Amino acid sequence: AVSLPFAVGQCGNQVGCRFWDLALREHAAVNKKGIYDEALSSFFRNVDTRSGDNDPDIYKGKIYSLKARALLIDMEEGVVNEILQGPLRDVFDSKQLITDVSGSGNNWAVGHKIYGYQYRENIVEKLRKTAEHCDCLQCFFIIHSMGGGTGSGLGTFVLNLLEEEFPEVYRFVTSVYPSGEDDVITSPYNSVLAMKELNEHADCVLPIENESLFEIVNKIHQMINSGKLGSTVKQNSLVTSSAGSAKTLQEKPFDAMNNIIANLLLNLTSSARFEGSLNMDLNEISMNLVPFPRLHYLVSSLTPLYTLADVNVPSRRLDQMFSDAFSRDHQLIQADPKHSLYLACALLVRGNVQVSDLRRNIERLKPSLHFVSWNQEGWKTGLCSVPPVGHSHSLLALANNTCVKPTFVELKDRFMKLYKKKAHLHHYLQIDGMEQSCFSEAISSLSDLIEEYSELDATKGEPRIDPSRLKIAV
Amino acid sequence: MSIVTVQLGQCGNQIGHEVFNALCSDIRGTHGLCSKKENESYHDSCKERFFCEEESGVPVARAVLVDMEPKVISQTLSVAASSGHWKYSSHSHFCQKQGSGNNWANGYSVHGPRHKEAIMNLVQKEAEKCDRLGGFFTIMSMAGGTGSGLGAFVTQCLRDAFPSSFILNHVIWPYGTGEVIVQNYNSVLTLSHLYQSSDALLVHENDVIHKICAQLMNIKQISFRDVNQVIAHQLGSIFQPTHPAGGSSGYSRNPLGDLMETLVPHPEFKMLGLRNIPQMAENSLPYSTFSWPGLIKHLRQMLIANAKMEEGIDWQVRPPHPGSSIPSTNKPLHFNTSIANLVILRGKDVHSVDLGSFRDPSLYTSWLNPQDAFNAWKTPRAFNKYEKSASLVSNSQFLLKPLDSIVGKAWNMFASKAYIHQYTKFGIQEEDFLDCFTTLEQVISSYTNL
Repeated sequence: AVSLPFAVGQCGNQVGCRFWDLALREHAAVNKKGIYDEALSSFFRNVDTRSGDNDPDIYKGKIYSLKARALLIDMEEGVVNEILQGPLRDVFDSKQLITDVSGSGNNWAVGHKIYGYQYRENIVEKLRKTAEHCDCLQCFFIIHSMGGGTGSGLGTFVLNLLEEEFPEVYRFVTSVYPSGEDDVITSPYNSVLAMKELNEHADCVLPIENESLFEIVNKIHQMINSGKLGSTVKQNSLVTSSAGSAKTLQEKPFDAMNNIIANLLLNLTSSARFEGSLNMDLNEISMNLVPFPRLHYLVSSLTPLYTLADVNVPSRRLDQMFSDAFSRDHQLIQADPKHSLYLACALLVRGNVQVSDLRRNIERLKPSLHFVSWNQEGWKTGLCSVPPVGHSHSLLALANNTCVKPTFVELKDRFMKLYKKKAHLHHYLQIDGMEQSCFSEAISSLSDLIEEYSELDATKGEPRIDPSRLKIAV
Repeated sequence: MSIVTVQLGQCGNQIGHEVFNALCSDIRGTHGLCSKKENESYHDSCKERFFCEEESGVPVARAVLVDMEPKVISQTLSVAASSGHWKYSSHSHFCQKQGSGNNWANGYSVHGPRHKEAIMNLVQKEAEKCDRLGGFFTIMSMAGGTGSGLGAFVTQCLRDAFPSSFILNHVIWPYGTGEVIVQNYNSVLTLSHLYQSSDALLVHENDVIHKICAQLMNIKQISFRDVNQVIAHQLGSIFQPTHPAGGSSGYSRNPLGDLMETLVPHPEFKMLGLRNIPQMAENSLPYSTFSWPGLIKHLRQMLIANAKMEEGIDWQVRPPHPGSSIPSTNKPLHFNTSIANLVILRGKDVHSVDLGSFRDPSLYTSWLNPQDAFNAWKTPRAFNKYEKSASLVSNSQFLLKPLDSIVGKAWNMFASKAYIHQYTKFGIQEEDFLDCFTTLEQVISSYTNL
């Protein structure tokens, strides 16, 4: 089953680039014989480029030329051009790119209303072409940031489009939320306007905050430089590393952070690509983690952040991996799931981990976690045999937890600060199709969402009363 | 008579593979501990039931493999073939690409009708290969989407297409603390639907088998493969040939039919539990000896006290006073009342075993004659390296508590309406859920009032 990523905007494409690079690395490590297999086909087409422009797909046998199944969309050329000149240039072809020159000026309305309208047909056409090559399209991934104009505006426009054109295909969105110190002043506007779209049209959203990524990167640097680690760290195991991938140039500042997101996506799709004793497909993630349609925001954490060179992994270290997944400093947003309320939790384990390890750790950690009354045993688990590069095992935890609320509340506060003063509003309202009501509806949508989380939080710690069962006449 | 196995979903296919492995390895073994003639007869009978011959001489499992995603079947086929001792037919499987997403409604209402023809064609082909069709054995988990939803649909199709054949559903109950968050919904939907079309449900609980692996088999890092192998051993201990009660002339020819006849006197009561002793790590076997009286005593107490395995049996539980008619509400607590029981004995000196304690009327409800409520099948041919092996298939209150627990959790979730939108999206409405809850509450009530 195929997953189709859309990278939209500067951030989206920078992350996307890391994602494709690490995906190739991962498959190269597993696929020793150079045979095009099911696993590869979820992200790549196998194309015989010798037959000229036609590029027929080759479904079995030797690998000729791998082309990523993707759409790269940006209203500026810089990032996409760099990708096309870099080591990944052969992985994409021009039919997968949609670019313009002038950018969206950090304005959601420009991205959504102007470029959306302008490029709609182009996007649909390229989308259909790309989908044609997939024998079973299961899921779309949108990778973007919320704070700017293209990723945020055009990205959510694409989201809408996907729902219209392919209503049955799941829509996963990886959204990078702006921090308080974001240098884009209007990022709260862009983010809240985008949130409304995510509320209404996404199946699952994985929010990411730069602060969290930054803290993880720092933590790793500190660990390496302090010499606290007795043995050497395996370079290619760092969740922030590009080692072993095609990228040979000097790493850019955001590369380490973007690698984390790329690894998130690789782990998320690992069980759909590789075999294991308990498979977990993407549609299962949506099914199990979204109890009510609007509550589809999932907090993610990845462990371990690195491996040491020693091969022997005592089970204590394995258990540490599970503990870390629930700790504050491994979450990819600023949140503490342990002190909030779980609606549902998924654990996707990779590598040499068996069901007894999983059960032991769930039993161990359960008592310290708060689950909603109607989902006391709300665990979804998956076991994939193939570990990530450089690791013997890894864990991705996805939590539907009320700890997302503070992120949304802060966003709302920042929005209101600007909105009350009507600061910069004219930049938006002068765009065709934008009205004051767009803003009021958006903030209303966000407020409603926050309210739903608050109501759930209020049930935490309440005495549990089981509803009475049906009575049968004997 | 031959049995056609239908393996459904990841769990069904993984277990099915281990079952055929266990059967094949058992008949190939030289540990039969019986006469050559007996061994040959056993071998032939097993082959007839579960395998058919091919020109290459490698036995081909009588099985249809169904899954909505390709990885598991692909692995199952190749691992079986690489064993060199048996394999699956290369034309007996049906796969799709996208899975069922743990969604019962998707398996039942979407995949079922869409792929009915293709799947039933495969079943028909397998059935035709049998000289005499003894019935169907389906293997599925009830927690996920394919085994559970598509499995329920396929069972219905089997019933419609083969109205006079026996259908035994082997159902795996998931771990209590989640493999799948919506597992209780999927379970309620599966069990209530199977109840309509199946002849009997043979249940294995993951939690129970896991404990056996941990405490009896001493496995440190338990994998699903370990669990599946224990399940396969237990199933093999029932399905391998035996002599029908009272006769020593040849092996029983109608295993599924005999099973139904002895254990399911009334269609309201279809839940069968399974116990098998002894169970231990293979390397401990040469150092252990067992006596039949000891095994029988333990097995009986496991029945009465509803013990899941041979350790931690509660010896305090006793049946009510024989002869007195006790209303069910006054029966001693924790006592497991049976409708019917079947004991299967394999191995050395099996003819000398005294099973009188199982015929005690106080173990049973009053509806059947004790003679009819209890049956025993035997064979001197030892099974799977165990010098002596005793199995119990029981239609009793064994599964009452676990069933009640599942229904309770599902009801709790249903009251909050959580996840319902995922099912209504594919055509299963709230009323459908209510019907299923009603069916199962009825089953619970019936078993409670034994």
